[in-house]
Amino acid sequence: MRPSTPVFAAIALFTLGFAGAGLHVLATAPGEAARMEASAALVRAAGLTDLALFTEARYSRHPSMADLHSAFQDAPMSFEHFPSGTFVSPPVGFGGGRLGGSAEEVAQ
Amino acid sequence: MTPWINRQRSLADYTLAALGRRKGKTFALVAVYALVVFVVASAMLFATALTREADLVLAEAPELTVQHVKMGRHEMIDGAEITKIAGLRGVSSVEGRLWGYFYDATSGANYTFQVPSDPALVPGPGEAIVGEGVQRARRATWEGAPLFLSRFTGDMVKFEVARTLGAESALVSSDLVLLNEADFRAFFDLPDGVWTDLAVSIRNPREIDTVIDKASRLMPDARFVTRDEIRRTYQKLFSWREGLMIALASAAVLAFAIFAADKASGLSADEAREIGILKAIGWDTRDVISMKLWEGALVSLGAFLIGTLGAYVHVFGFGAGLIAPVLKGWSVIYPDFRLAPLVDGMQIATLFLLTVLPYTAATLVPIWRAASADPDQVMR
Repeated sequence: MRPSTPVFAAIALFTLGFAGAGLHVLATAPGEAARMEASAALVRAAGLTDLALFTEARYSRHPSMADLHSAFQDAPMSFEHFPSGTFVSPPVGFGGGRLGGSAEEVAQ
Repeated sequence: MTPWINRQRSLADYTLAALGRRKGKTFALVAVYALVVFVVASAMLFATALTREADLVLAEAPELTVQHVKMGRHEMIDGAEITKIAGLRGVSSVEGRLWGYFYDATSGANYTFQVPSDPALVPGPGEAIVGEGVQRARRATWEGAPLFLSRFTGDMVKFEVARTLGAESALVSSDLVLLNEADFRAFFDLPDGVWTDLAVSIRNPREIDTVIDKASRLMPDARFVTRDEIRRTYQKLFSWREGLMIALASAAVLAFAIFAADKASGLSADEAREIGILKAIGWDTRDVISMKLWEGALVSLGAFLIGTLGAYVHVFGFGAGLIAPVLKGWSVIYPDFRLAPLVDGMQIATLFLLTVLPYTAATLVPIWRAASADPDQVMR
C-alpha cells in the first residue's frame, strides 16, 4: 500500500464528517426552529426582555434593563465582582461630552 | 490518471514517508495545531449559535420598555404614566410589567419573579409556574414539589407549582417564577398602581423614535429601551465574549505560531541534507518545493479538519462542556440549554484561510532558498 492511501482516506473521511455536520445542521433545523419558536412564544407571553444566562446579580440577569452602569451600585468602593461582569464590554461612545444644544439655546 | 496527478501522488508518498520517519515530532505538531484550531473554532461556533438564538427569541421582547429612573437607579413607575403614553399617536397598547428578584437563602440562588402579560400563562392564586433551573437549584425531589420561600427569619410562603417550564426554553426561562398579580404584590408588599416598568406596543416600527421623542417630553425622567437596543446588547455581549475567549486562547496561538514558524521556516541540518541529496540524485528545485508544499498542506489541512470537526462535536454534541464553566461564573442557576446546530460557511472559510494558508506559505521561503542552492553547499 502506498503511504498516501491511508492518509488520503483519512482526509476523505474527515471531509465526509464535514458533510455529515452539514447534514446534521439541516436535519435538526426544523425541530430546532420549532423549539426556538416555542421559546419566542414564551418571551411574548411572559413579556421577557433578557436571557437567563447570568443569574448572579440583577445587572447581569437583565443586562438590557440594568441601570446605566451607575457607579457603586452594590456597595461603596465595590468593583465589578462577578466573573460575568468581564463579559460585558464597556459602552461605546459613552457620554457625548456635550448636552446637545446649540450655543444659542444654551444662552437663552 | 494523468502524469501530473501521478507525479503529485508520488510526491505525497515521499513526503508522508519522510514525515513517518519523524513520527513523534509530526504527531505532536498536528496535535497542537489541531488543538489551537479546536479552541478558536469552538468559541466561534458557540458565539454564532448563541447570537442567532438570542436574536430569534428576543425578537418577541416588548417593542419599547419604559423605566422610571430616580437618583440614577431604576424605580417603580406610577400607573398614571400608562394613560399618558397610551394617548400618544402610534401607540397601540401600554402594559405595566411586574418583575423583580428574590434571593432564596435555602438554595443560595437568585430567582426572577414575574407576572406574565398573557392571561393564558397567569397561574391561579397560590400557584407558581417555575423554570427548570429553580427546581434544580432547590433539589426538588419530585416534579411538582411546592415552592417554600422565606423572605425573612420566621416567614414562610408556600406556592403550589402548577407547571415547570421545559428545558427547551431554559435559555430564557431557567430562573423564572411566574405568579399572578395579586400574589406578586402580596409577596413583595407592593401597593396597587405601581409597576416595575411599562411595555409599549407600537403599530409601525418606524415610528418608535417619534414615540420616544414625544414620550420623553411627557416623562423627562424616564429611560426608554427599544427592542433593537436589547438585540444589540446581546450581540455586543456575545461578540465581546467570543473576543475574550480568543484573547485567552491567543497565548496558545502565539506559542503555536512561534513553534510553527520555527518548524516551518528554519530548516534543520537533517532536512537541509535531505534536500541536498535529493538535488544530487536529480530532483529539480520545483520537485523539492512541491514536496515541501505537500508537507505543509497535509499537516495544516489535517489539523484544520480534526480541530474544526472536533469543535462542532464539542459545541453541538456535548453542549460546549469545556466553555460552559467559563460562562457560568458565580450563578447558582445556570440554564441547562442546548444550542441549535449552525455552521456559518464564511466563518469556516475564514478559519481555513487563517490556519492552512499561513502555515503552508511559511514553509515555502526557506525551502526555496535551500532548494535553489548548490547541492554540495547544502550537504556540507
